[in-house]
Amino acid sequence: MNNIFNYIDKPSPIHRLSGATKFICLMLWSFAAMSTYDTRMLAGLVIFGVVLFRVGNIRIKEVSFVFGFMAFFLVVNTVMLYVFAPHHGSEIYGTSTVLFGSGRFSVTAEQLFYQLNYTLKFFATIPVVLLFVSTTNPSEFAASLNKIGIKYSVAYSVALALRYIPDIQSQYRDISQASQARGIEMSKKASFIDRLKAASDILIPLILTSVDRIEVISNAMELRCFGKNKKRTWYTERPFTPADIIAMVLCGLLIALSTWLTCLNGGRYYNPFK
Amino acid sequence: MKKFGVKHIVATGIGAALFFVLGRFVAIPSGIPNTNISIQYGLLAFISAVFGPIAGLLSGLIGHFFIDFSFGWGIWWSWVIASAICGGLIGLLTSKLKIEEGEFDKGSIVKFNFFQLVSQLVSWAVIAPVLDIVMYGEPVNKVFIQGLVSAGVNIVTTAVVGTLLCIAYAASIPKKGSLKEED
Repeated sequence: MNNIFNYIDKPSPIHRLSGATKFICLMLWSFAAMSTYDTRMLAGLVIFGVVLFRVGNIRIKEVSFVFGFMAFFLVVNTVMLYVFAPHHGSEIYGTSTVLFGSGRFSVTAEQLFYQLNYTLKFFATIPVVLLFVSTTNPSEFAASLNKIGIKYSVAYSVALALRYIPDIQSQYRDISQASQARGIEMSKKASFIDRLKAASDILIPLILTSVDRIEVISNAMELRCFGKNKKRTWYTERPFTPADIIAMVLCGLLIALSTWLTCLNGGRYYNPFK
Repeated sequence: MKKFGVKHIVATGIGAALFFVLGRFVAIPSGIPNTNISIQYGLLAFISAVFGPIAGLLSGLIGHFFIDFSFGWGIWWSWVIASAICGGLIGLLTSKLKIEEGEFDKGSIVKFNFFQLVSQLVSWAVIAPVLDIVMYGEPVNKVFIQGLVSAGVNIVTTAVVGTLLCIAYAASIPKKGSLKEED
């Protein structure tokens, strides 16, 4: 099950942090990266993220699967940003320095700077998300949710989802192959609506068996008195260590830094054009 | 509102797992290169309609979070939140339908589709773009066009997939009072 989420079990300081810590840090980090458009801070986050990546003992080769999606996503977004709003940068920074070209699609320094920031923002979160994905055991993640104050019934839903993803995946494959063997066309040869209908034909048995599964699991849980107590224990739960506290404080400081910069710049954007 | 019991906890988990598998591994080529049709919103509408708003909201949230998570490209919170709201809204609006008791006639089909249309318009054409602007500072026309396109695609897929799922599910449940005592 771990290979869907690319969990790589290795000894490293990051692996030793508890799942709850890593989740909180991820949230704080992505919030910090999300709220600021300050180039200096974003560049700092990118570098800090890459350093952490080294600390986490994860090799680039082990996460290379992601680069294809990432490049695609980035290229599409960059092109769309430019096509839909070629002067968004000028609107933000209040000036317009035309480098070359004219009319709607003239290239301005402000637009290039805005798009640079946009790309940096993207690269500021990717190392951390990848690090979180590769160093957090999914079952521990579910347990950690409860620890940070989310109701255990919700945390248990997450754990159940993780538990049943592989089962549902293999069941889907079985049903899909069975219906293809019976001649249901799902490739490009069929029309769009036909393809949707074919997909639903696979879905119906999949969902109906899943509903049965819900019935079976919830009966089993009720028989074991699930939800009778206010608290429960978790097999994979780990206590906080000093390293956890330090990590959380550090990420908390990132938020403080981003807020401070926002006040300093008088807005989310760092403006070198003034 | 339906009570959130053990069954709903399990439904949330399984719903999120289904949402994840459909969104991550089941791709229907749309004809446009590199663009796939996602059918997971049909499933989400079904889960919300049958198990209520909380199960729908959480299934959308957890499932979408896991999809972004497994791609590793960063978690696009604005769209994750929009998925959650979509599930929650459909659940709220359809709470009068009694699909789980095996009732899904023509009137219910119309209502179900009207409600999913409203919910998805709100989620994809309003909430997701607004959050994109607030969170990521993206240009207004880009995010609204993205939002409208996804709203359109998701509404059509849900109208086909979601409706068929509800019909099949309702048909599999014995209706109340379907057994009669023999004379």
